[in-house]
Amino acid sequence: MAQGWLQVAIFVGVVIALTPLLGKYMARVFAGERVFLTPVLGPIERFTYKVLRVQPEEEQDWKAYAKSLVLFSVFSWIALYLILRTQGIHPFNPEGFHSGPWDVSFNTASSFVSNTNWQYYGGETTLTYFSQMAGLTVENFVTPAVGICVLLAFIRGIIGRNGPGLGNFWADLTRSLYYVLLPLSVIVGLVLVSQGVVQTLSGASVATTVQGAEQALAMGPAASQIAIKQLGTNGGGFFNVNSAMPFENPNQLTNFIELLSIVLIPAALTYTYGKMVGRQREGWSIFAAMLAVYLAFILVIIPAEQHGTPAQHAAGTPTAAIDGSTGGNMEGKEQRNGIAESALWATTTTVTSNGSVNSAHDSYTGLGSAVPMSGLGTSEVVFGGVGTGLYSMLLYVLLAVFIGGLMVGRTPEYLGKKIQAREIKLVSLGILVTPLAVLVTAGLAIATRAGTRSIFQHGPQGFSETLYAYLSQANNNGSAFAGYTGFIQPNAPGNVGAYGISFADLLGGATMTLARFLPIVLILAVAGSLAGKKVSPAGPGTMRTDTPTFVILLIGVVILVGALTFFPALLLGPIVQSLTTQLF
Amino acid sequence: MRRTVITSILAVIAFTLVFGLAYPLAMTGISQVVFHGKANGSKITVNGKLVGSSLIGQSFSRPVIGRNGKPKLDEEGEEVLAPDPRYFQPRPSQSGYSGNATFFSNSGPNSVEEREAVREALAAYVGLEKPFDKSLTREGVPVDAITMSGSGVDPEISEANALIQAHRIAAVRKLPLSRVEGLISDHTSSRFLGVFGEPGVNVLQLNLALDEEAPIK
Repeated sequence: MAQGWLQVAIFVGVVIALTPLLGKYMARVFAGERVFLTPVLGPIERFTYKVLRVQPEEEQDWKAYAKSLVLFSVFSWIALYLILRTQGIHPFNPEGFHSGPWDVSFNTASSFVSNTNWQYYGGETTLTYFSQMAGLTVENFVTPAVGICVLLAFIRGIIGRNGPGLGNFWADLTRSLYYVLLPLSVIVGLVLVSQGVVQTLSGASVATTVQGAEQALAMGPAASQIAIKQLGTNGGGFFNVNSAMPFENPNQLTNFIELLSIVLIPAALTYTYGKMVGRQREGWSIFAAMLAVYLAFILVIIPAEQHGTPAQHAAGTPTAAIDGSTGGNMEGKEQRNGIAESALWATTTTVTSNGSVNSAHDSYTGLGSAVPMSGLGTSEVVFGGVGTGLYSMLLYVLLAVFIGGLMVGRTPEYLGKKIQAREIKLVSLGILVTPLAVLVTAGLAIATRAGTRSIFQHGPQGFSETLYAYLSQANNNGSAFAGYTGFIQPNAPGNVGAYGISFADLLGGATMTLARFLPIVLILAVAGSLAGKKVSPAGPGTMRTDTPTFVILLIGVVILVGALTFFPALLLGPIVQSLTTQLF
Repeated sequence: MRRTVITSILAVIAFTLVFGLAYPLAMTGISQVVFHGKANGSKITVNGKLVGSSLIGQSFSRPVIGRNGKPKLDEEGEEVLAPDPRYFQPRPSQSGYSGNATFFSNSGPNSVEEREAVREALAAYVGLEKPFDKSLTREGVPVDAITMSGSGVDPEISEANALIQAHRIAAVRKLPLSRVEGLISDHTSSRFLGVFGEPGVNVLQLNLALDEEAPIK
């Protein structure tokens, strides 16, 4: 296990080292300053503004900003839905797949436009290359960019001194796309191809195996999508088993790159934040709070998976590490990833809103699966999604400032702006929408016959599958206990299990959309409310937000909200499973 | 409102062209030229025939022949398969090593089915290897040999797993054990930077090397 801890330590070290580098670069990009890519991308950027008929300098207040964002997302949704429903007639369809049915297309469109990338379809068995590229890859790019836009607007609200302007949505969107997401995707994508991730337009090749059997090898333009799937905290795999599939994640190097890509931008944005507010310590203190929770999760999950499951112990199988074998719970895990890299990925993908997987979460131990669920339960503020993670964390910061202010008996202030009743009302709503959506939908799905039809496993694992499904969708994560609706395999047209189940499709789709856009509108409203306020100079009575004390207060608030909301539900699923050796 | 609607529609079209067509097609073009073999699935051909991909595991089982000289069928009319003792065996697969429809086993930690599946796999493994490696105990069976992989097409097995199977291969193929172990180490991947991930032995490549070293008559 020492080997496992060493991997974690070096990985975290790399994340810390890259945070200021990328963070500084992004701060320059978002301020519209010149960067080394400007000579190449500048003309394309200006041409885009011309095509869109927008003035990048034109300031929008929170309502105009929100309107642009929502309308853009609505039309993205319609475009994706139409592509999925008509894919049978499009080019780049070597396997001759049919158009998707209405219910799963509804779910998929909602899923990708909300940056969730929950998948009730099987990639290689149902989607054409055109749908993967022009439909899904596009959303893989624009949704994290939208997340960044919301974050930027929020930050400008916090620091704004000259009236209600929060910046320009179209300029923020275009810059995030061209200067941040595109160059990183090209680099990561090409590295992935060089290691064996497929990138071709030809259809499946049929091999005759050594034993003389036929084996079809699914192909496709995968690397270009996988790069942005990881970088944009999207997570929707090109293939059904996501990054467990060797064509999506072939070796130890690609696993490292893909894992790093998950957390790279969300971590660096904390530095960008410090730069934008002019106080680097503020960024680092948020980073520190995130890192502390992240490390705590990792300390739980690796030993839990190394221990093995009750079923394996009951079968009398060895789970101890021996020379040349990792030991532990290898069910649903790949040899090249082993225990540590699988568990580290499971944690990273759920504290952020990525949701890609390199192992089967449904087969994790009880305690091991409590970690991803807790990551989801904290509303993904530990690095979190691209943009979404930090803006959600800033809501918790405002809440912590408010609680801290109450404790010392002063008017709460954050960076010189008074936090008053209106902001706290909006902040509380923004924080509570997601947990509320989880509990209501999971409750509906567990209490109705239509809902329980989706369950695969018996006993508490069946409850865990349901809870995980709605935790994941409401938090716009997208990882799954894949047994949920996945019990009739393979996911293929004409197969009842293939396209999920209408009830699950619709409830999930509605949840994903609501839990993405309602908080966004509330956050922009908070930004608008803060933007107009005067900045008062810090005095001796001002509570500082860049000290270890505040970091601990912030962690406490995050855990308090998450634990109070989800502890009873977690008790019924993963915790009961980790406390019993009973089999179901 | 009207202006924002128009801009939104234009933005969807523009970004679809850039990120949905230009970007993936350009990446495909570059990849096809610079990394041709890798971009097309790291295929392996033997004597001009495609036998698989070095990244995708395949089954090394063969049909069991019944007393009547025909392949034995199970209740569903499918051929009963058994591991071919002349080859290294890959990890158990829930999908029958399907390379174009991957899925997880989704066996839960407290499930009776998981207990039964693992128990059977353990018995089968010991049954196959014990005659050739007398020192093998249940405690010595590497866990990757009896659990389903994530993808169902895991191309690799652990080093411990390969070294146990080496006894059988050496006996069946009439090769010195040290030669078989040498082939194993030739086909073992290493950790990235010596730190990340786990080493694994590529079963397909190893078996192909074995066929070259000691062809089956």
